[in-house]
Order: sequence, then structure tokens, then C-alpha cells
Amino acid sequence: MQSTRRDFLATAATAAGAAASGGLPAGGAEQEHSHDHAHQDVPSDLTLRVKSLESLLVEKGFVDPATLDALVDAYEHKLGPRNGARVIAKAWADPAYKKRLLEDATSAIAEFGFTSEHGTRLVAVENSPKLHNLIVCTLCSCYPWSVLGLPPVWYKSAAYRSRAVIDPRGVLREFGLDLPEDAEVRVWDSTAEVRYIVLPERPAGTEKLSEQELAALVTRDAMVGVTKVLFPQSGGTA
Amino acid sequence: MNGVHDMGGMQDMGPVQYEKNEPVFHARWEARVRAMATAMAAWRKWNLDADRYENELVPPADYLRYSYYERWFAVLVALVVKHGMATSQEIKSGSPAAGSPKAIPALSTAGVLSLLALGTLGARDVQVAPKFKVGQRVRARVINPTGHTRLPRYARGRTGDIHRDHGVFVFPDTNAQFLGEKPQHVYSVRFAARELWGEQAKPQDAVYLDMWDDYLEPA
Repeated sequence: MQSTRRDFLATAATAAGAAASGGLPAGGAEQEHSHDHAHQDVPSDLTLRVKSLESLLVEKGFVDPATLDALVDAYEHKLGPRNGARVIAKAWADPAYKKRLLEDATSAIAEFGFTSEHGTRLVAVENSPKLHNLIVCTLCSCYPWSVLGLPPVWYKSAAYRSRAVIDPRGVLREFGLDLPEDAEVRVWDSTAEVRYIVLPERPAGTEKLSEQELAALVTRDAMVGVTKVLFPQSGGTA
Repeated sequence: MNGVHDMGGMQDMGPVQYEKNEPVFHARWEARVRAMATAMAAWRKWNLDADRYENELVPPADYLRYSYYERWFAVLVALVVKHGMATSQEIKSGSPAAGSPKAIPALSTAGVLSLLALGTLGARDVQVAPKFKVGQRVRARVINPTGHTRLPRYARGRTGDIHRDHGVFVFPDTNAQFLGEKPQHVYSVRFAARELWGEQAKPQDAVYLDMWDDYLEPA
């Protein structure tokens, strides 16, 4: 029974891919992604139902399709972890900036002029060899999207949300990160309008890199705290 | 509400499924649902807390079975109907009822980025005295409201320390029911992992939760 349940949850976690392969409406030429997955879990009419809701809301004057296009464009192209990577690289390169970031991330990140969530506080938490921070939202899917973009499916999944607080070390091992026994793990459950970003350890061997080169090393996963930042040229430091 | 959404500490949800090079959206319908939810929220018929509560009202089997944006779609339809913006009949047919009025979109294309900036509205610039101070020992209250709350079950009755005062925020428990914002301080509270999970946790590990004044009592 347990394996059935796991299969079912695993399928649910990737079910989003199903819509691309199932139930193309006649003339649905705008279907952009094509996957080879054989999932059948998303109702084949979901594409149609969403289309139908959009046409209703447009006809009733509640939304403008051009506005929806602009929103999608913003989600896909204007937001994303590259913004957060620039913040982290600057903190590594500039000790005064790092100090500001750790004291008041909302203001420090506003210096970059990213679209930010008005009314939300940002907090940066710093990793060290003895301290590892991990971010989760057990109740829904709160995520620092002004710096990281929209969250990946795994971050929103029941598997991650449920276990990150009770077994963070086990979850991190699933991401390939085995922490020392004596390190301290801090899990940040985003229960309010405060969004967290991890300031990862700067990898060894990067002393001569420019801020831009440093930013290119910083990954989304490291800023959530599920991996470390690697510097492949020196063989990695994880 | 003690629902399946409050899943912190559950252990039977399987391993984390990781997708390499995951796209922002997996299909066009997901992107349209996300955008519609944002554009419809601009009408201010509901607030973020009411939206979260609507997610919590999704029946548990559906909540676990739905993909993320499938749930968003179900919640958007529920909110639109509940707040009188369309009838179930109109949702079914995909066409407005004869003679229904036509609105002017609340969000313009030019306003998209400013709306993104209003993604969450929680902090309030008002003076409210904090009930607790940094370093103080506190206990999360044992409450079991049937409405919306942001106090997870796994922390109720547990003792921790105030780590940081985040300032004043809207209180979700009342705001979700449109019963007022009740602005109050939110704190980062440090709970030792052993206080939450017992001996199986490492003594040095901790979980930090953000908690409103009304969730806490002196310990």
C-alpha cells in the first residue's frame, strides 16, 4: 500500500507534464511543450476547462488577454534565480553589502531594484561550515519569488513540505548533501509574510573571480539551502 | 483548520522528486491559471489569506492528488463563484449569462509589474506595541480553529525563544474571514528540534517559525 501511495504521489508531483501530452483541443496549436511522458493523471479536459474559464472572464471584462500574456512573460522572463544570484555574489564580494544584507535584507535587496513584494519582509540567513540553513513552507508554498522566481515543483510538493522540518538531514541527503554530524541545521518555516534566502558559503578557490563570475556559480537550490555552491574548477567543495 | 495542508512533520509522502532544468511552467494552461489568479486578485474581492483558506478547503484527497496548478485552478473557480463574479452555470458553459454586465479589467497590461509588486500584502506601517521581546521564552498556544490559521499543529504547545521581531503584520486568522486586519507583531521564534520531535532530533538543530502575537503566550 505504501508503494502504491508513493507512486501516486510521485505521479501527482510530475502530473503537470501530463497536460502537454494529453487532451490537445482541436486547433490547440499554442501547446508549446511536448513531453514523452505517458502520465494520464491530469484530466484530459483540463486544457479545455482553463481555456473556457479564460474566455468567460475575458467576455465578462474581468481580465484582458494581453495582460495575461504580460504576466506570463514576467513570470517566465523577468523573475528568476539570476536576480538572487546577483545579491549573493555582491555579498561575497563586498563585506559592507553582506553586513547590510544580513541586518536588513529587504532594504539591501531593494538596492538592486528588483520587482519586490510590497508588504513582505526579506531575511537572509548565512551558511557556514558549522551552520546550515534550509527554507520551507509547510503550510503552502511561500517562496522568495522576488529574488528566486516562481518555486519549482519539488519545493511545493508534499514530500518536501512535510519532511523538511522533521528530517532536514534526510531530505538534504536526497539532494546529495550529507552534513557533518556536529553541524547545526536551522530550518526556516515560512509561516508569515517573511521570505527567506540562504546566503551560501563562498566556495574555496574563487578569490579571483569577478562578481559576475561568482553570480554564475550561485544556484537556485543553494539559495533555498538544499545544496552548496560548487566551484568545479577546484574540484568542488561539497 | 486541522487539514492535510498542515503537513509539517508527516513522514509518509515519499522521497522528494527532483526535475532537472525544470521550466517555469510545464504547459500553457498552467501559465494561464497563474496569470488569471493574479489578474483576478487585482479586483480585491478576496485577500491573500482568504485565497490560502480556499486552498485549505479543497477536500484532502483532491489536495494530495491535484498538481499544484490544478489546485490553483480549482481554487480560482471557487473564489470567482463565491464572490459572485461568475455563476457555476457560466463556468460550465464558458459564456456569460444573457444580459450580464461587462466590467473593465482591474489590471492593465501597463500595470502588470506594479501588480506583481503587490503580490503579498502583509506588513502594516502602524504603531502597535509588541507583547514580547527578543530573547523571551514563549509557548505557542494550543488552539484548534476551524477557520484559517498560520500556526502549524507541530508547534502548538511547544516552547521556544523570540529570535527576532519582524514588525507589524495583518493577522491572517481574522483577515481570511474578512473580520478585520487586527495588525500585530510577528516574531521569528526558535524551537529546538528536540522540543518539537524528541530524542530522534540532533540537540543542536532548530526550526524557526514566524508567529503573530496572538499565537504566543509567556512560558
